[in-house]
Amino acid sequence: MKDQQRYTRQVLLPEIGTIGQSKLAQTKLLIVGMGGLGCPAALYLAAAGIGHLGLLDHDRVDESNLNRQTLYRESDIGQPKVLAAKKFLSRQNSRIKIRCHNEHLTVENAVTLFRDYDIIIDGTDNFPSKYLINDACLLTNKPWVYASIYKFQGQVSTFNYKNGPTYRCLFPRPPKQQLNCEATGVVGALAGNLGMLQAMEALKIILGIGQVLSGTLKLIDMLTMQDQLVNFNRKQEGINSILNEGLKRVELTCEVREPDKVYLDVREKHEIPQLSGEKIIKIPLGQIPNRIEEIPSDIPVYVVCQSGIRSQKAINLLESNFGYINLINVSNGVESIIPQLT
Amino acid sequence: MNITIKYFGVIAEQAGISIESMRLEKEQADLAEIKAVCFKKYNISDTDSIQTAINRELKETGFLQTGDELAFLPPFAGG
Repeated sequence: MKDQQRYTRQVLLPEIGTIGQSKLAQTKLLIVGMGGLGCPAALYLAAAGIGHLGLLDHDRVDESNLNRQTLYRESDIGQPKVLAAKKFLSRQNSRIKIRCHNEHLTVENAVTLFRDYDIIIDGTDNFPSKYLINDACLLTNKPWVYASIYKFQGQVSTFNYKNGPTYRCLFPRPPKQQLNCEATGVVGALAGNLGMLQAMEALKIILGIGQVLSGTLKLIDMLTMQDQLVNFNRKQEGINSILNEGLKRVELTCEVREPDKVYLDVREKHEIPQLSGEKIIKIPLGQIPNRIEEIPSDIPVYVVCQSGIRSQKAINLLESNFGYINLINVSNGVESIIPQLT
Repeated sequence: MNITIKYFGVIAEQAGISIESMRLEKEQADLAEIKAVCFKKYNISDTDSIQTAINRELKETGFLQTGDELAFLPPFAGG
């Protein structure tokens, strides 16, 4: 198939034309997070002929992703998301290059990764990642297209576009804890809408057409179908602190509802929400055999992980190999021991 | 003076409404004062991260006059 045929309908638009199409072909665009936002964004950007698409996600496809993460099939369950997404997108458009980054975005790798791309799209679902994308884009001078969803509402904006305002200018302070889709629920069509708005913003940035949402936050309520635009300015202080001091890890912590209980948190370091309190012992499941002396055996210890599965494994290990009899599983996971906002 | 107040995201849920009007017996009102009234009225905690916009312009400080629209914008991060 010739490219001329494939892209006829968009090349026909005077705002795109053959020159615009070659700009799309020359663009390197990275999508961070291949979930409910990243999937639709990737699909439409691949279809439009973005020449080089980077996909970053550390996660594997889970059955509960399928209501909104529309690049994945039932047969992909258990596979790394980036590989399943590449398989789908390559069939959609075999003429573009797709690069998979099957890893976390971290303070260590973000700047190096972003240097290879022209635009970043944010498909993440947590505040530390959004601040990290923002700060790494500041340091590498890249624009990024942000979106977030909460139940039936969405927010979208473009940050750091031609020295425009950044995420820190809009939201300088993260909340103490966050509710994510796992905890609050999400409908696929909302995430899809926001992901496609992000794709459209990216196309406008590349083509240099229309009005980019720089310094403007678009708020959408899908239950009332009402939109609202809010304007904001660049605040240099927050930006200077990143430019001068480099990346900082943003960590959200929240206190447990019952601070007198002793908890053993067996999750990995990066998992959120982070628990704070004097009686929280944090040992990832894999390190338990080496750090056994940190776990008390004479008082009740509540073992917690994200969902209750790894904590049960930790209890089984501690009971059968180390003789513990004082452990109680938090079977509904970490969300059940922290205060709920709703 | 009369102002319109809009709530978004989790704040709308906590308040139980997404829009309301407020009547005040004065010519103008300090944003900080209105914020405190609303946060107390709806028992909203973790307020430090919540941003406000007057007439669709983000403002951390300022004054409201009759006819103004105040919006409470919480950051959210779902994706």
